[in-house]
Amino acid sequence: MELIQFTAAELSEKIRRKEISVLEAVKASLDQIRQMEPEIHSFVTVTEEYAYKRAQKVEKGIRDGQYRGPLAGVPTAVKDNICTAGIPTTCSSKMLEGFVPPYSAEAVRCLERAGAIIIGKTNMDEFAMGSTTETSAFGITRNPWDRERVPGGSSGGSCAAVAAGEAFFALGSDTGGSIRQPSSWCGVTGMKPTYGTVSRNGLIAYGSSLDQIGPIAKNVKDCALVLEAVASWDPMDSTSMKRQDLRFSENLTGDVRGFRVGIPKEYVGEGVEPDVRKAVERAAALLEAAGAAVEQCSLKNTRYAIPTYYIIASAEASSNLSRFDGVKYGYRASEYEGLHEMYKRSRSQGFGTEVKRRIMLGSFVLSSGYYDAYYLKALRAKAVIKEEFDQAFSKYDVILGPAAPTAATRIGESLKDPIQMYLGDIFTVSVNLAGLPALTLPAGLTEDGLPVGVQIIGGCFQEGKIFQAACSLEQALEPWHMAFEKEGHVHGKTV
Amino acid sequence: MAKQYETVIGLEVHVELATKSKIFCGCSTRFGGAPNTQTCPVCAGFPGALPVLNRQVVEYAAAVGIACNCHINRLSRFDRKNYFYPDNPQNYQISQFYIPICQNGWVEIDTPAGPKKIGIHEIHMEEDAGKLIHDEWEESSLVDFNRSGVPLIEIVSEADMRNAQEVIAYLEKLRSVIQYLGVSDCRLQEGSMRADVNLSVREAGSSVLGTRTEMKNLNSFKAITHAIDGERERQIELLEAGKTVIQETRRWDENKESSRAMRSKEDAKDYRYFPEPDLPPVVISEEWLEAIRSRQPEFAHERVKRYQEEYKISEKEAVMVTEYRNLADIFEETAKLTGNPKKSVNWMTGETMRLINDRGVRPEKIRFTPAHLAALIQETEKGELTNQGAREVFEQIFDRDQEPTAYIEEKGLRVVKNDGLLMEAVQSVVDSNPDAVTQYREGKVKVLGFLMGQVMKAMKGKADPEKARQMMEEILKQEP
Repeated sequence: MELIQFTAAELSEKIRRKEISVLEAVKASLDQIRQMEPEIHSFVTVTEEYAYKRAQKVEKGIRDGQYRGPLAGVPTAVKDNICTAGIPTTCSSKMLEGFVPPYSAEAVRCLERAGAIIIGKTNMDEFAMGSTTETSAFGITRNPWDRERVPGGSSGGSCAAVAAGEAFFALGSDTGGSIRQPSSWCGVTGMKPTYGTVSRNGLIAYGSSLDQIGPIAKNVKDCALVLEAVASWDPMDSTSMKRQDLRFSENLTGDVRGFRVGIPKEYVGEGVEPDVRKAVERAAALLEAAGAAVEQCSLKNTRYAIPTYYIIASAEASSNLSRFDGVKYGYRASEYEGLHEMYKRSRSQGFGTEVKRRIMLGSFVLSSGYYDAYYLKALRAKAVIKEEFDQAFSKYDVILGPAAPTAATRIGESLKDPIQMYLGDIFTVSVNLAGLPALTLPAGLTEDGLPVGVQIIGGCFQEGKIFQAACSLEQALEPWHMAFEKEGHVHGKTV
Repeated sequence: MAKQYETVIGLEVHVELATKSKIFCGCSTRFGGAPNTQTCPVCAGFPGALPVLNRQVVEYAAAVGIACNCHINRLSRFDRKNYFYPDNPQNYQISQFYIPICQNGWVEIDTPAGPKKIGIHEIHMEEDAGKLIHDEWEESSLVDFNRSGVPLIEIVSEADMRNAQEVIAYLEKLRSVIQYLGVSDCRLQEGSMRADVNLSVREAGSSVLGTRTEMKNLNSFKAITHAIDGERERQIELLEAGKTVIQETRRWDENKESSRAMRSKEDAKDYRYFPEPDLPPVVISEEWLEAIRSRQPEFAHERVKRYQEEYKISEKEAVMVTEYRNLADIFEETAKLTGNPKKSVNWMTGETMRLINDRGVRPEKIRFTPAHLAALIQETEKGELTNQGAREVFEQIFDRDQEPTAYIEEKGLRVVKNDGLLMEAVQSVVDSNPDAVTQYREGKVKVLGFLMGQVMKAMKGKADPEKARQMMEEILKQEP
């Protein structure tokens, strides 16, 4: 078995037992990055020098007892919309090319306290707007399972990095499915926690009321461990929550006896690819076999989720992104006459098409005369969607469904038709609107050999139940492997 | 006959709150720091930075609301006001638009026709912007974010005022209330209090409002008065000429004593207000509100009444001594210590005011120990000091909060009560000024003042004036 094949938990255990040094772990990741990056391009920035320096400190810290946790010494990748002090943070936008934040996001500080080692910043859809990582200003990321396909998005770089063995786990962000959909398409396990569980302090905002940072990992246990590390009550984020129930990895037995599982018929109906539906049905059968009661249910307001999401997220984005104006930091047009033109040119040149589309959409729905008809109505629809979920969770412990209607699409396909791309978010956006936690884990392959994930959704603060159901499913499914293992793209040192 | 016009005025008053830290971050609000030294990712609008509400701002805003008889919304919200300008680092201002913290209040002002209630439409919390510094030589502008995020409240009145006097009375009232609360120093010149005037005119007797304009850049009571009179005239002239008033924002130029249009309603900005998603609603619990209520001070108008009843001082004295809370507090404490409110108020309205003007200090900055003034008053009551001596001691109290007894001893200011010494001095003045003595005896009693002056001079000001006068009169009455 190669070093990079270990899970984060396995690697840290071996480091603790001195079977592997932190330096070796970092070197293995960086070697893999060197091999894979020309084809995959998961990273916007690789922090080689920083990672080696950190490796020495962490090695010593582990020996001194400073770092005892399961992420100590483990190489990780961070999505490029999460601020890292001293390391460029670009949101994959020309607007922030070369921007070096003076501070780190709280989630990054949590990782550092846990002894994890950041080896780079991952590619993404520009400002997290997109579902394919194709809107990045710094080039596309390719799916490690099929180089002609996209990894999904917007956390495509983070998911691809884990799938390609470049990082043992990664942080992503999820505003409307940006962790769960690419996790599904890249065959990794990713979770969007309950809104308020991970501090948004230092996460460059897209849709503030929907954004959450979450873990992307090789399996359910790693996912739980990473969430434990990054979940925190942060007085610097007024929307962050005090939670006592953060020990998700404890008692992770996969015992789902007595669990009630609902499958919304709207999630397996028209528009869902047969391979995707099959994966969900098989997952349901496996949970049933493990002792859960599975039945079909209905979330009839699902059809309102996409317009509601695009109104709210775009409205918030139009305001959040107004700070990028060429005055203080980031891109400024080289030639302009006067203030107005500086704004106009800097923003016209600095933002890509999709970002501009959403800024315009968001500005429109907030403008006077349209606010009531669009934004207020969307807020009401959001409340209705949340109410419907609340009712469902009075009957079910978890809800099971797909993360996306299809497996990974071909490069270039979805950019031709933005509406079609938006519709692909149907099974993920309502979870953000309702503030709920949800996890995607790999549940099979399509006929073309592409991974298909299933999504497990829980009620507010019910991550524990989600992890239990996911663990059960993971145990029942055939052993999963990362893309790089399948293709034999395993580089570096054999342990 | 010329038409009669009525002026209708409403005010939007911004008040900078005297909190130690800014409204959404921990940066200092101190005035006058080097540019961009009191900034952080939050108030400089860095990506990923989030606002966290300063509780003190809520308490201050609610306290002003309570003082202005407002309904305090138990749940209020912050909203974003979106507009691009470089002094605004996020390109949106966090303010309260849909549900402000305070609504539907009033304050009472005095007018020649008697007391009048001015309605308060709302009071809301918001953040201040940074400051642009234009460099004419370099043709460039720089921005200082030190002021960005300093807390403000905006007090929006109803259109209840009819002339400049009422506007000034309203502003004085707000200033008094806010200073008593210790929430702001309310200085128009320094911008810690800023007033925008909304004004329209209509024919007397009409109940329909005319088209209003908004006047900005008014940084003194004088400018406000001039601007109101000027704008009233301008609007009446327009109407008399058969023209219409355009709804617009106008900038007052105090040097030219005229205003010019800044922007009209047509090119008014669309601020795209929406609820601030980074901040949860502001919820004020019953206990919290009660705690704020229990800390409300007794305000000037309440003290004016009580002082007249309790201390038997005149209304005029009570109004003067309550203008500043610190001075009223000193008065009251002194009156209690001495049991002599009359003398206490005299020192506060007389010598204290004189020294404030003379020294050019801000009245609200005056802090001296009431026990010191009380001791001084007691010394004078015992006849231990001449008026001149007492004033000298008081200057020491005013300037340095000097304990008076020690100072009187040290400087030997106590009046001389030794009758022999005094008699000697009086006799010597009588002996050496025979002409004056003769004039007095011939009925020119005014020369007594001159003779007494000579005595005081001889005694270096330390003579008990009453006693000296008695002795002098005794001697002068005797036949030569």
